[in-house]
Amino acid sequence: MKILFALWAGLLFGTGLILSDMTNPAKVLAFLDLAGAWDPSLGIVMGGALVAAMPAYAIARRRRRSLLGETLQLPTATRIDRRLLLGSLVFGGGWGLAGYCPGPALASVLVGGIKPLLFVVAMVAGMAVYALLERRDAQRAAA
Amino acid sequence: MDIDWFNFTPWSALAGGLLIGLAAGGLLLFNGRVAGVSGILGGLLHPARGETGWRLAFLAGLALAPLLHLLAAPLPPAEVDAGWPALIASGLLVGIGTRYGGGCTSGHGVCGMARGSPRSLAATVAFMSAGFAVVYLLRHVFGSGP
Repeated sequence: MKILFALWAGLLFGTGLILSDMTNPAKVLAFLDLAGAWDPSLGIVMGGALVAAMPAYAIARRRRRSLLGETLQLPTATRIDRRLLLGSLVFGGGWGLAGYCPGPALASVLVGGIKPLLFVVAMVAGMAVYALLERRDAQRAAA
Repeated sequence: MDIDWFNFTPWSALAGGLLIGLAAGGLLLFNGRVAGVSGILGGLLHPARGETGWRLAFLAGLALAPLLHLLAAPLPPAEVDAGWPALIASGLLVGIGTRYGGGCTSGHGVCGMARGSPRSLAATVAFMSAGFAVVYLLRHVFGSGP
């Protein structure tokens, strides 16, 4: 059941990205290009998504378990630290370089030819580097 | 600031955004999980019991969405101006940055902000600012564009 709902959520999420043209990096970069011919569409996409997701988050706050009986895993960190800010700056820099962020890149990877595939492979490699560094740090801390 | 009224698509942006938010809300209410794409993908590299299947299913849905769309209508054209070196550098930065920052456009920008998290607001301001800055530098200072 939870596999089915996750699949449905992924399909709906991807369909939303396609309908709003966020799978088109040129459209994303037109939003990031404040000094050029600015296309505010991405802002509307985020605003619409935010409004549509808010009720679920408000309901989840008052529940212990999900409708399928799963634990409700909400982030617990509250500190705005260097990791959060530096990581987000690095992410934003990469985003501005090509116009892909993780969702749209994955929603393009099967149909978009070599370019989104190349991006996704590099992105997974970046995540693997992070995983290795974290593992090393954890081992050092334990030693 | 010049708004590009010709290419601005507020209605399809709103419709797509609502679907994205609905999907994020659905994943939370049914599965109890945050729809942060970088976290769902990156979490596969730190496997935990019972946490792999739903991740793969969500990511498969995301990747299969264009095929579903093709059944109804042709896909909108995607224009990728970045060359191979830029795509590789961009992917590496996005991969490392989202994991250190604990989220991307979906996890912080949509889910975290919908939750009213100050951390996610700070992250969103940071990645947006960096995106604005890099595009400004590439297009208006160095002039070549990505």
